Amino acid sequence: MDSVNFFLREALRTLRRNAMPSFAAMVAVMVTMLVLGVFIPIVQAANGAANSVRGRVLVDVYMTTGATTTDVQRVRMKLDGLADSPKIQFVSKDAAFKQESKRDPEAYALLGANPLPDTFRVTPKNADDLNSLKAQLLKIKGTEPAMESVRDRRDDTTKILQATKFVKITVGVLAALLIAASIMLVANTIRLSLFSRRREVEVMKLVGATDPFIRWPFVFEGLIVGTVGALGAVMVLGLAKVAILDPLASDFALIAAPQTLAFPLLVLILLSAGAGLSALGSVVSLRRYLRI
Amino acid sequence: MDERASKARGLNRLRRAEHVDAAPADAEKAAAAPRPPAGQPVVEFRGVHLAYEGGHVALDGATFAVERGEFVFLVGQTGSGKSTLMRLLTKELEATAGTVRVAGRDLAVIDHKKVPFYRRNIGVVFQDFKLLPNRTVYDNVAYALMVTGHSRKEIRRRVPDILRLTGLATKLHAYPDQLSGGEQQRVSIARAFVNHPPLLLADEPTGNLDPETSIGIMQLLYRINRTGSTVLVATHDHAMVDRMRRRVIELEKGRIIRDEATGLYARDENTREFAARLRGDLSGRPDLDGGE
Ligand SMILES: Nc1ncnc2c1ncn2[C@@H]1O[C@H](COP(=O)(O)OP(=O)(O)OP(=O)(O)O)[C@@H](O)[C@H]1O
Ligand SMILES: [Mg+2]
Repeated sequence: MDSVNFFLREALRTLRRNAMPSFAAMVAVMVTMLVLGVFIPIVQAANGAANSVRGRVLVDVYMTTGATTTDVQRVRMKLDGLADSPKIQFVSKDAAFKQESKRDPEAYALLGANPLPDTFRVTPKNADDLNSLKAQLLKIKGTEPAMESVRDRRDDTTKILQATKFVKITVGVLAALLIAASIMLVANTIRLSLFSRRREVEVMKLVGATDPFIRWPFVFEGLIVGTVGALGAVMVLGLAKVAILDPLASDFALIAAPQTLAFPLLVLILLSAGAGLSALGSVVSLRRYLRI
Repeated sequence: MDERASKARGLNRLRRAEHVDAAPADAEKAAAAPRPPAGQPVVEFRGVHLAYEGGHVALDGATFAVERGEFVFLVGQTGSGKSTLMRLLTKELEATAGTVRVAGRDLAVIDHKKVPFYRRNIGVVFQDFKLLPNRTVYDNVAYALMVTGHSRKEIRRRVPDILRLTGLATKLHAYPDQLSGGEQQRVSIARAFVNHPPLLLADEPTGNLDPETSIGIMQLLYRINRTGSTVLVATHDHAMVDRMRRRVIELEKGRIIRDEATGLYARDENTREFAARLRGDLSGRPDLDGGE
């Protein structure tokens, strides 16, 4: 207990002695944690959106307008034999007509007769299997005169998926850069501390302090920098949440998106990430510059 | 004081003056100790050879033994290997050949992790004191106990004791830059001795001090020696060595060229008598720190 007390006091003493670089490192950790704190929920919301879009990846199999119920039965059996057993949903021409005319009653009233064919909606279990599914369906169509055409609805969904992917990559790269910068700034702070505490280190070695005992104050120093930085970020995020997000949440689905994690969990993640990356920064410097 | 004029002349004078035959350079015989040997020698060098990186040979076949309770001077021109010998004892350096034993233990087999614990048995004092400038006298001494894992309670008990022994009782709260050179050296001796190590090494402890202050420091080292600790002092101060009449080991280019114990070991003289004798012609002046 006395030792922990000692490490803490030594760390605080050195922080005060190196106020400027310590403060810079603290700010860097804070900015990093702020960015993480804003983007983790955004990435999660984007992921949620992407997943719901993925569910819409499917292939429509249109029957010829003259297809009979036996034709439909036969095609259904063939579809049931597809690899990876995709989800198959049959929409009869009447059902399709009802659905569509509800959406645009005037246009369909003008048409009078039902121009829509019977349709099978084939949804792959995994969105990535869309291409192979389509190939299989086209092969069936080659031997099946009752099948008019096979069409996938990928174009619009791939755009959304690409957009979310882009958001994730950008955020990921930004976060990685910021994390690297924070680790480097913490490492630099510890390097300066090593220099300003070199007499202490010399005396400690002289009187027989163990290696861990010599290292711990520096690790504590890094941990303090990281935790205080992360705490600053959490405070700013908390304020922003209460002042800006919560009043808007009722209007914007994205903000209220159920997939984003709870705020206390986010706080926990940020605090441990802040402490973790600064501990890492300390260790990097100690490895490089502390010869024991 | 022509004693200081030349080392060789000074030593010859001493020999003649005390009617002592030069002791054989043989290490075993030279180990005639002021106190009866209790088992193993405290320090034992056997054929120790040390070459620095780059090939410079700093010690060449050094063989000697120091018994428990001895007070030994290490003399020799600059570059003769005195500090190297001390750094071998603290295991900052490893002998290139030969064995160094302390209290019977071969230093070569001490594991890197155990070195700090080994060092707790050795007090070290330097010419440049190596004090921590932004800590008080009390804290400088307490620091040595703190970093070797002593409890606060123990620190509160031991530090005032050692500061009283070293004559610093009134300077507890002074900072090193508020102390004279002699007082600073006392602090560093207090720090080295606060653990009551069985072996105390002093590398030119009076190198920066005026003669009168030097006597005070030697008196303190003698007092420590009388508590039972073995003391090894490297010095250039021939006048002091001549007057102290202790065992002298002389190095030249890494070789031991002389190892003798002067016969008139006034072994039971108290520190006051000791100091009076050191002052030689100046005898009669009051003791520097009030004796024991
Ligand atoms: N780290 C080192 N690397 C290479 N050579 C060294 C190193 N330290 C000391 N030496 C050399 O080893 C020799 C012995 O040095 P040492 O410091 O032991 O001498 P010394 O007797 O203590 O001298 P002084 O009285 O000046 O303190 C010297 O010639 C010195 O140049
Ligand atoms: Mg030296």
